[in-house]
Amino acid sequence: MCCLAAGLERKIGIDSRIMNQLTNHPKLIQFIGLLVIFSLLCFFIAPSETNVLWRFPSLLAGLPYLINDSVEYLMFDWWPIQVYDPEIEEFEEKPLILQVTRAISASILFLIGLIREIILGGFKTIVTFTSWDFVSENKWARWPALPWTVVAGGAILLGYKLQGKGLAMLAGFSTIYLAVFGQWEPSMQTLSFVLFAAPVSFILGLTLGIWAYKNRNVELTLNPFLNVMQIMPHFSYLVPVMVFFGIGDHAGAIATIIFATPPMVRLTVLGLKRVSPEVLEAGMMSGCSNFQLMYKVLIPTARRDLLIGVNQVIMQCLAMAVIASFIGAKGLGFNLLLSLNGLRIGEAIEQGICIVLIAVVLDRLSLAWANKKTDYFAELTFIKRHKYSLLFLVILVAGSVLAYVGTFIFREGYNYLYIVPHNKGITIKDTLQNGVDWIWDTFFFALKGFNVFLIQEILMPMKAAYLSMPVAATLVLTMGVGYIIGGIRSAAIVGGFILFIALTEWWDRALITMYLMSFAVIVASIIGVTVGTLCAQNAYTAKFILLVCDTFQTFPSFIYLIPVIMLFGVTDTSVCIAVIVYATVPATRYTVEGLRSVSPDLHDAGSMSGVNRLQRWIKIELPMSFPHMALGVNQTVVFALSMVIIGAMIGTDDLGQYILKALSDKNGTGNGLTLGLCVAFIGLAVDQVIRTWANERKKVLGLA
Amino acid sequence: MSSKFIKTLGALVTGLMLVFGASTVRAADSSAPIVIPTHNWSSQVVMAYVIGGIFESMGNNVEYVSADTQAVYESIRQGDVTISHEVWQSTFGASFYAAMAKGGIIDAGTHAAKTLEEVGVPQWVIDENLCPGLPNWEALKNCKDVFATPDSGGKGRILEGPQSWHGQEYPDRVEALLGDDYVVKFAGGADALWAELAAAKKEGRGTIIFNWTPNFTDADGFVFIEWPPYYLGCRKQDGGDSKCGSPIGWLKKAANYKFPKTHPAAYTMFSRLSFNAGQIGQMAALVDIDGMTHEDAAKKWLADNEDVWKPFIGKGM
Repeated sequence: MCCLAAGLERKIGIDSRIMNQLTNHPKLIQFIGLLVIFSLLCFFIAPSETNVLWRFPSLLAGLPYLINDSVEYLMFDWWPIQVYDPEIEEFEEKPLILQVTRAISASILFLIGLIREIILGGFKTIVTFTSWDFVSENKWARWPALPWTVVAGGAILLGYKLQGKGLAMLAGFSTIYLAVFGQWEPSMQTLSFVLFAAPVSFILGLTLGIWAYKNRNVELTLNPFLNVMQIMPHFSYLVPVMVFFGIGDHAGAIATIIFATPPMVRLTVLGLKRVSPEVLEAGMMSGCSNFQLMYKVLIPTARRDLLIGVNQVIMQCLAMAVIASFIGAKGLGFNLLLSLNGLRIGEAIEQGICIVLIAVVLDRLSLAWANKKTDYFAELTFIKRHKYSLLFLVILVAGSVLAYVGTFIFREGYNYLYIVPHNKGITIKDTLQNGVDWIWDTFFFALKGFNVFLIQEILMPMKAAYLSMPVAATLVLTMGVGYIIGGIRSAAIVGGFILFIALTEWWDRALITMYLMSFAVIVASIIGVTVGTLCAQNAYTAKFILLVCDTFQTFPSFIYLIPVIMLFGVTDTSVCIAVIVYATVPATRYTVEGLRSVSPDLHDAGSMSGVNRLQRWIKIELPMSFPHMALGVNQTVVFALSMVIIGAMIGTDDLGQYILKALSDKNGTGNGLTLGLCVAFIGLAVDQVIRTWANERKKVLGLA
Repeated sequence: MSSKFIKTLGALVTGLMLVFGASTVRAADSSAPIVIPTHNWSSQVVMAYVIGGIFESMGNNVEYVSADTQAVYESIRQGDVTISHEVWQSTFGASFYAAMAKGGIIDAGTHAAKTLEEVGVPQWVIDENLCPGLPNWEALKNCKDVFATPDSGGKGRILEGPQSWHGQEYPDRVEALLGDDYVVKFAGGADALWAELAAAKKEGRGTIIFNWTPNFTDADGFVFIEWPPYYLGCRKQDGGDSKCGSPIGWLKKAANYKFPKTHPAAYTMFSRLSFNAGQIGQMAALVDIDGMTHEDAAKKWLADNEDVWKPFIGKGM
């Protein structure tokens, strides 16, 4: 390369300083060369449907059908067995797999129902052990609900036990809010769903994680699956789950578990690997068996990482609350969708607040649990050890008595001390609606102007530019970037991902997804880095902005759609703004963390060499924290991709639209999975490049 | 292979499935719950609770499950869901008959209500004569600018519902009849349609959106575009040239094929049940205009309209 550079210098006689810059940065020359080739390709490849270099033939167009036919065969034709149906007193021929998956569905449904009925009361569980006839004839055979006062009291107690007054107050406020606003029943339905999905994901993740920790081959096999699953959009799981398991709460729970398990596996492996060899050796020296080593030494030592995993699992479960309602999950998510479909924004906000409150409380509770230290040496009496269980018993009795008293106070209508019925509480939805209407009325024309400007001047030209790239040029560009940054290996990986997408029939759609994503990522990164930098200057503002990030991160992504659709209509602006708001969070967080982690020694060293504040930021802090910030951008890409796909709920013409359509398609399973892979591959290609770069930079800077 | 063995195997499998106990004595109707799907628009959800209420008044057990509007027919076929009480011809007809062809779903009669699912313009577009000649479709040829939006590239824009509702039907039709002057944009959900309606009203500009009747938008006035009349087979997917509008459609009811056997009384009622457009409008209005919950709206409607629904149960004719 340097010879080429030298040749260039002699030939055109470039200013020697620029030349120095170039020879010092060989990669810069490579990038420039790559761009030149890319532009030439764009220029010379004619945009015509018959030109193979313009759009590759869709060789993989058959893939969805193949997946679909296999699934259909497995589910509906393979190994038919005779099944007796007592309802119609006849034998029927049914395929084996269908019977097995329906049996699994029934068991899951039973468990969710059980949890739900412990909180809300009911008779389904009793039905399982007796029969519908029995329950219809014996009206007394109903499990009573826990009065809401008991649940609220329990939440306060748990908060107090895990952290103290602050958390107790938050838990108390939230549960009382849910009850008073008449959202108790849907909230508890959502909660019962989380209370089932989260432990299952936890156990599944822990088991897989331990297995991967013990066996290197398992880890290597699992890794690509985890990578794909974490970036694959939620929607694309829904169709296969629906085919295999039918619709209902159980299907929603299964989709949620698929989505929530990967981070748990990751954190388990990470946590176990971080246990220092000394601890391990101490365990072995005391003669632990393999089992004891795992459960008495490794897991307790990695406790904090594992509990952070629990926290992640819970958050993922709540993030799925709305999406799972597409395949039959009951609760707040379904109601939210219903309100949105009628454009009852006030009501939707009210329900959204409930989801956020549940998310925040569960997040804080599980984090407090993770950070709580176990005191192994305390010697406690029975009363002290079981103080909280006993207190809960008191609350249970008191709450039940209160509910009983309630039957005398509220003789007519609803017993508000027992359960506040759905939408019979106070409501501020009209106020909220008026607020939204006011904002809309006041800013309509200003927003409209902004909207038109953004669409006409930026978004549409950008979209057109993306769509006018010949596929060969795109492939060369992405592989080239991969090569420059990570060598032949990265180039091959990135090329493989892009080639897969290019060979499906959805390449144009993928380009639109990439355009939406890259616009949002650029804006989100600029905002995130700016805000992050400003806030990182001071310990308090840094802490504050991290708290804000935490809170925003607990919001289920759906929430962001509510305001934008009202303000910007069915346009790409709406989608972009929702994506930007959602994706700015990781960019900000990683910037703050990166800048704050630059060691004070370096600051001092800089000050001694006489740099001013700005110089220090540009010359020391920024380069040092750049790798970490790059990982932030990486996360931003992942967040942005997932939100772009959810943007299909507003109305896009990218991959998301087709994924949404797959939900009700005959070839839904194949289409959904293939489209999901396309989205995941976009994310993984970006991930490959950024991660390789960040790791190398870290090595150079001595951070790794 | 003795039949006894098969019976044992069958019993085992059913036991495994945790099905609701073996009820050997059968009274009129099985006490197993009738599963009613709820979709994402008001009239459908209220009607689900209305029908559920009628079933319950007959002593049946009822369960509600939220389901996707297209996928529900496959679920009925599999027995995960028992009935569907709003099968709209234009939007769901294809899915309904596709499931029927595979077996397992039956046609349980038709409502009195006639439906129309079609693109159209809000009343003020007609009142202010923004596009002279509407609702005749030929008028659209001369006013693509009225319906252009920033992202439509100078063409008129027609906002369709989600792509899952009618697939390529509208793009095909627009291409066949209006050529290159109009584009069809798919919205992500019904909310997007209503948001567009509200925004267009605010600006007093023209807009073409997909809509249907009976619907809550009927109150404000909505005019459907009159395309060349529909005839069977005129659509591209049926081998035609797509130069036709939507039919004045039926609103059917569907059921799982076992429903008549397991719940004969409930099925008889369900097949007799028929609502007209006015009644469906009332149900929707209780929620969309009076702001009641769907359950409460259903209770109120049942209480107010006993003379309507009691006869559906009636013994004999």
